[in-house]
Amino acid sequence: MSGTFVGMPKFPVAARAALGDAQLRHNLAHATATIRAKRQRLVDEVNANCDWEALRLAGAGVKESALRSLDEHLVRLEETLTANGATVHWARDAAEANAIVATVARRHGVDEVVKVKSMVTQEIGLNEALAAEGIAAWETDLAELIVQLGDDLPSHILVPAIHRNRAEIREIFLAEMGRAGRPAPAGLTDEPRVLAAAARAHLREKFLRAKVAVSGANFAVAETGTLVVVESEGNGRMCLTLPEVLVSVVGIEKVVSTWDQLDPMLRLLPRSSTGERMNPYTSTWSGVTPGDGPQEVHVVLLDNGRTNALADEVGRQALRCIRCSACLNVCPVYERVGGHAYGSVYPGPIGAILNPLLKGVGQDKQTDSLPYASSLCGACFEVCPVRIDIPSVLVDLRAQVVDAHRGGVPSAEALAFKGAAVALSDARKLGLGERLAGPGLRLARRAGVIPGLSRWASARDLPPGPRESFRAWWKRTDGGRDE
Amino acid sequence: MSERTTARDEILGRIRAALDGVEAGYDVPPAPRIAPLADVVAHFAERVADYRAVVERCSAADLADRVAAALPGGARVVVPPGLGVEVPGATVDDGLSAAELDGYDAVVTEARVGIAETGTIVLDHGPGQGRRAITLVPDLHVCVVRADQVVADVPDALPLLDPGRPHTWISGPSATSDIELDRVEGVHGPRTLVVLLVQ
Repeated sequence: MSGTFVGMPKFPVAARAALGDAQLRHNLAHATATIRAKRQRLVDEVNANCDWEALRLAGAGVKESALRSLDEHLVRLEETLTANGATVHWARDAAEANAIVATVARRHGVDEVVKVKSMVTQEIGLNEALAAEGIAAWETDLAELIVQLGDDLPSHILVPAIHRNRAEIREIFLAEMGRAGRPAPAGLTDEPRVLAAAARAHLREKFLRAKVAVSGANFAVAETGTLVVVESEGNGRMCLTLPEVLVSVVGIEKVVSTWDQLDPMLRLLPRSSTGERMNPYTSTWSGVTPGDGPQEVHVVLLDNGRTNALADEVGRQALRCIRCSACLNVCPVYERVGGHAYGSVYPGPIGAILNPLLKGVGQDKQTDSLPYASSLCGACFEVCPVRIDIPSVLVDLRAQVVDAHRGGVPSAEALAFKGAAVALSDARKLGLGERLAGPGLRLARRAGVIPGLSRWASARDLPPGPRESFRAWWKRTDGGRDE
Repeated sequence: MSERTTARDEILGRIRAALDGVEAGYDVPPAPRIAPLADVVAHFAERVADYRAVVERCSAADLADRVAAALPGGARVVVPPGLGVEVPGATVDDGLSAAELDGYDAVVTEARVGIAETGTIVLDHGPGQGRRAITLVPDLHVCVVRADQVVADVPDALPLLDPGRPHTWISGPSATSDIELDRVEGVHGPRTLVVLLVQ
């Protein structure tokens, strides 16, 4: 149904295309500025009767402590979930997780499942894997529905269809809803209220008949065997409550130790994410509750590269991420290029570190380009509710990317720095270089290109060369005394 | 079975290898509390109303009348088996199917906890609240919260809840901002939430 990120070009190539899309830039600027302002108002409100920074420290601590003994927490989670009547599965990678979900669906003889918006099931390409088995996976979050019906890609963690405007959404609903189920009503306008009502009617028949639902989880409590899903629309509650069978795919980093540790997380997440004191609906469930909700509950604990990230001394803090997307909304790079340019379901600053950490560097050019998709301004670290020092991880990953490419054909950048090392190693060589730099720069400015550096220079203006170098000036004026 | 064991053991093995040399103990700094609220119940009422939910305060003696007034004339109403207030003409849920619930216009329930700072109602789906489905499918939810159930903030609520039960935290009516960030109240859950706050 929806598209795939496989085969996306490197970030600079994708970013150039995105920058040319005026509608996209307008939508992004509006969206990010709006959510930023809402979040800031709430942070100020917290600081009036509490302490946001102390809350962040507590949030980082809850996740960090869980990660530092992740093996023990997962074993405990498995015990408690099993005691609560859930079936626990383990999946090393996307293929294993998808196969587990497909097996459960097939065992119940269904050809469709309903889905709660979940980053992890997008990460593993669950919809495509189920489609290959003849099982339709219906997205039920409004934005995900827009993306799915439009055969499109999500562009933001929280509001995946932010690149679409209301007129486009109306067109998609009119053209595609009928093919997926109940058609859009005649006379559909582009009013958000009317479009949301069309989605309500379209999805309700799916909720009422669905036998199997698939979800992710925002948190998994080891002590009590509880999963938590945080949402706004009620589509999550529909999926978690009405079907007979529920399969939840949960990244192993979602675990927290105790029930009481849901505070501070539930105070941090909605304020950082949607800029609300609390999201409309939070559901918690501990396995099977007799007579209430799904009577068959599965939990798939997924690695898919998370243990790679855990092994990275600097990068492992990225596993604290609670997918709030605050870092996207403050990022000057994201605001201009949007989510698609990152070539992953995890865009923005967190995507720029999470993708290389999960997949490893030196494997493909697209992933290796991501740590450079940043000006290192640090705004992402400042807003992160679990204090992930994204700029430090970016710098460390850049070093890893460089290390991974040693030994092959040197890049123009590597040659330039090699040249600089030679020139700077010796005063006479430096003097010669300085004498050549002035005329060289003038020549390059006139020609508009520097051989070998055209890609680097394409987004930069060359400075005019100085008439005289500092060292020549010093020599001529005796350090300024004769001037 | 062996495949599952292999995946499990391999993942746990990778984790242990990744954490080799990392100190396990980590002191979690305590989460800060908000400054004491002057009037917790008034704060709750204000914050719930802020989500564009309807909040009405009433006495226990008036409750039945206020519930009746909150329900539109002719509405088909479902209630949980243990509801502490009389709702004339209402159907008591005895395991109605989702499709049957879709035929109801409104549901009346109690709650477990109210959280003032965030304007949140927590249901633990006990006898006065019913199964999760009944507060989800009908379009109008009338929720009765007693003033003595209201606590200041999230950390005060969690210890009162039994993690073994399912919970639904409700902060205003269902909402979406997915289309141009224009907020629309009411997508899949109840589009109208009425909170009756009983002194």
